[in-house]
Amino acid sequence: MCESWAMRYSVQVEVRLRPGIADPQGATIERSLPHLGFDGVSEVRVGKMIRFVIDAADEAAAAAEAEDMCRRFLTNPVIEDSEVTVSVLEGAPA
Amino acid sequence: MSPRVGVVLFPGSNCEMDVQEAVRGLGGDAELLWHGDATVGGVDAVVVPGGFAHGDYLRPGAIARFSPVMAAIQAFAADGGPVVGICNGFQVLTEAGLLPGALQKNRGLKFLCTMATLEVASTDSVLTSACTVGQQLQVPINHFEGNYTCDPETLAALRAEDRVVLRYVGNPNGSMDDIAGVCNESRNVVGLMPHPERAISPLLGSDDGVPLLRSLLAAAGAAAGATVGA
Repeated sequence: MCESWAMRYSVQVEVRLRPGIADPQGATIERSLPHLGFDGVSEVRVGKMIRFVIDAADEAAAAAEAEDMCRRFLTNPVIEDSEVTVSVLEGAPA
Repeated sequence: MSPRVGVVLFPGSNCEMDVQEAVRGLGGDAELLWHGDATVGGVDAVVVPGGFAHGDYLRPGAIARFSPVMAAIQAFAADGGPVVGICNGFQVLTEAGLLPGALQKNRGLKFLCTMATLEVASTDSVLTSACTVGQQLQVPINHFEGNYTCDPETLAALRAEDRVVLRYVGNPNGSMDDIAGVCNESRNVVGLMPHPERAISPLLGSDDGVPLLRSLLAAAGAAAGATVGA
């Protein structure tokens, strides 16, 4: 038995365009909203959400692993940054 | 001996035949390099062609850069071997860190498939040595993510070091500083969004891709000569 991997965590990675990087998709959505009657909307930014489940010793270890993935694969640091949210997987044995 | 040009084939590449055809038409030898093989097979130059390598999943080039052939291309480039990335190949080379910057979605959010006018900004690269500065070339573009983006420091360095090799006349996609193609510090790795292999005959609407590909073959020939002499 491997007690150090006893926990399962749910990870959400939000990948976003870095501030200052033009977002043509966001701009197009923003221009479209008033046509549907949604006025007063600004700063629309489009990103993507990546979810996965990971086995890790603890929450900090799960977060560190996810951050490493972001740095090496999930984002292109030239134009993107990311926010990692980790929580204990619901329904998993404590 | 004709210079040997290796054209990388990823799952999802779709311009590898055109590049081979163009190279052979100009007197070079062309062969495919399978992405799963960790070697460039002793070729004199490498072209990473256009297409949708690995489906462009996650981001164009994000997965392709982990293909075994990429480590061999890194080593080949580090040894001074000529490497050119066209369209998706440019995206792959930026993701792999062989070239600076990134290719964002086009400013107008449209897939662009049209003839573009380019201006040669530097002839000091393996793709532009047979051109003249200021020369205008008609070369088609065919991309959704061709909007060249980098941080201000990188842009300043590219300009100061004369590493912008091609610029658009009438910027079609929002690229910073009208950049259509850049090279690395050693000037042996070049990436560009336009497709010179599709501009090799008046029958195709332009043969302005010829001087670009001739430059590459000259660099490949020099590399072949150096190998023979060594």
